[in-house]
Amino acid sequence: MTPRVSRTTPYLLLAPFLCVFAVFLAYPLARSVLLATERSFGPSASASVGLENFRLLLEDPVFWTAARNTLVFTAGSVLVQLPLALLLALALNRPGLRGRAVYRLVFFSPQLVGLVFSGIIASMMFEEKTGLINRALHRLIGFDPDFPWLQLHVMPMLILTALWMYTGFNMIYFLAALQNVERSLTEAATIDGANALQRFRHITLPAIRPVASFVVLLSVIGSIQLFELPFVIFAFTDYGGAGPENRALTLVWYLYQQGFEVGDLGYASAIGWMIAAVLFVLAFTQLAIVHRRPSR
Amino acid sequence: MSRPSDHPRVEHRRPIAASIALHALLLSLAAVVMIPLAWMVTTAFKPLGIQFDTMFLPEGEGLLGIGWSRLTLENFRNLFEQARLGIALLNSVFLSSVGAVLATLCCAAGGYALARFDFRGKRLITVAVLGALVIPPPLLLAPTYELLYHLNLLDTYAGLLLPALAPAFGLFLFRQATIQAVPSELLEAARIDGCGELRAFATIALPLLRPMVGAFVLITFLAWWNNFIGPQVVLQTPEKYPLAVAIAQLKGSYYEDYGLQMAATLVSIAPVMILFLLLQRDFIAGLTAGAVKG
Repeated sequence: MTPRVSRTTPYLLLAPFLCVFAVFLAYPLARSVLLATERSFGPSASASVGLENFRLLLEDPVFWTAARNTLVFTAGSVLVQLPLALLLALALNRPGLRGRAVYRLVFFSPQLVGLVFSGIIASMMFEEKTGLINRALHRLIGFDPDFPWLQLHVMPMLILTALWMYTGFNMIYFLAALQNVERSLTEAATIDGANALQRFRHITLPAIRPVASFVVLLSVIGSIQLFELPFVIFAFTDYGGAGPENRALTLVWYLYQQGFEVGDLGYASAIGWMIAAVLFVLAFTQLAIVHRRPSR
Repeated sequence: MSRPSDHPRVEHRRPIAASIALHALLLSLAAVVMIPLAWMVTTAFKPLGIQFDTMFLPEGEGLLGIGWSRLTLENFRNLFEQARLGIALLNSVFLSSVGAVLATLCCAAGGYALARFDFRGKRLITVAVLGALVIPPPLLLAPTYELLYHLNLLDTYAGLLLPALAPAFGLFLFRQATIQAVPSELLEAARIDGCGELRAFATIALPLLRPMVGAFVLITFLAWWNNFIGPQVVLQTPEKYPLAVAIAQLKGSYYEDYGLQMAATLVSIAPVMILFLLLQRDFIAGLTAGAVKG
């Protein structure tokens, strides 16, 4: 009955994707394993050094500075951003709320401003004396107009910028998840006398758990790879490099410095594998948590 | 599934005061979110001399006590005449469009094949691409740079575009979309009518996949528009820079000139904002497609 499906068709359809995938993903991934055991001088000359790169990394104080900064940023942005995003989603999810679409649009819009452009805006907003933040806060609450965001308080500054950029984005995920909450269940609980906190704890939270844990993982993964924002704010200024005393240096920025300023692609790959290792551990932990207690 | 209006008893217990408080809170938060953008826009239209006199619009004799006549297009003129941002704008439009369309085609064709055909190696391909989802992109920076050097593709658009044409999550988005939107029976019928396989993909599957195609083109366009690390590493000739890289360089040479930098930022953000306003629905559907089914 059915005409024979040509055997080659699926391969033909997959060919463009698979060719690119093999050459620009599978090969570089395999190469990065080897590269991490080499020392290189630009892309054309390298020498094998075994596991020396990893030994050097563990003793490299700049690497640890970058790791600490990245950790502070990740913890700060996840802990501030996600609860706020969830609260916003809950507020917007109230039945009969007027102007929901407009609020959603406004809160989401900073996400469209790319990291580089946000960085440009932030670098001026947080400038002492001339920046809007210090001037406005000074006028409103008498805040120190010379508060050195860009000299001393780099990570809080970046956390605030990321808060502006991504809270609305995460809110969209939570809003979508809240659609899975059975409204009849919430209403029944209300009639039975459960207060808002109890309803949240026993009905809403279990229903949004899968999405919530996904959002946490996504935020952590994104935060650990922070690069563009601090790079644009600091690399093109008088401070040069990663701000005073490397206060703006992140892991990916250090990878970039080693690979493309120093020219040691081997050391850069070793840093890349350290980042990957952290992410793998986090991803597996998340999977384990989600699967241990199935949501229901 | 019940709608709020079905349960007036519960709904009406909500006091008016709480509703007003909620709106007051949401409105002030919305204002805070908009302030950086408002500051960027007003600064872009202020001449060098009066940039720091007021926070937003300049004071003056005009309507609402604002000096409308003191606003200027000077920053934009400088941007295109001195800083030559026009080329970067064209580069960004070119790279983002070509990158988005090619990546969408690769993923749509591949995803369709995975969803509607049985063939040797399907499992292997699925597992390999699935595994690629967990690889952090920075890990591939150094080896890709080395590879592009050996292929003689550094400082070319081919070297910039090619590595980004096979995003793993795109393949799975289209596989899922095909399973939901392209019925096997329809493809069978087309085959019986003698329709060729590639024609069936182009004239039957692609139109049915239109919502996902739209969303995916949009999110990849946005990703290309905002991409910085790729062009920063691969390109060396300033004439080839897209906006993101050109503007970062601009910050170095015009460090003191807030007006020029904000004008540049406005020019970079505006196209994306307009696109988003026009196609809002597709956009959000695309961004959340990976997280929530249906």
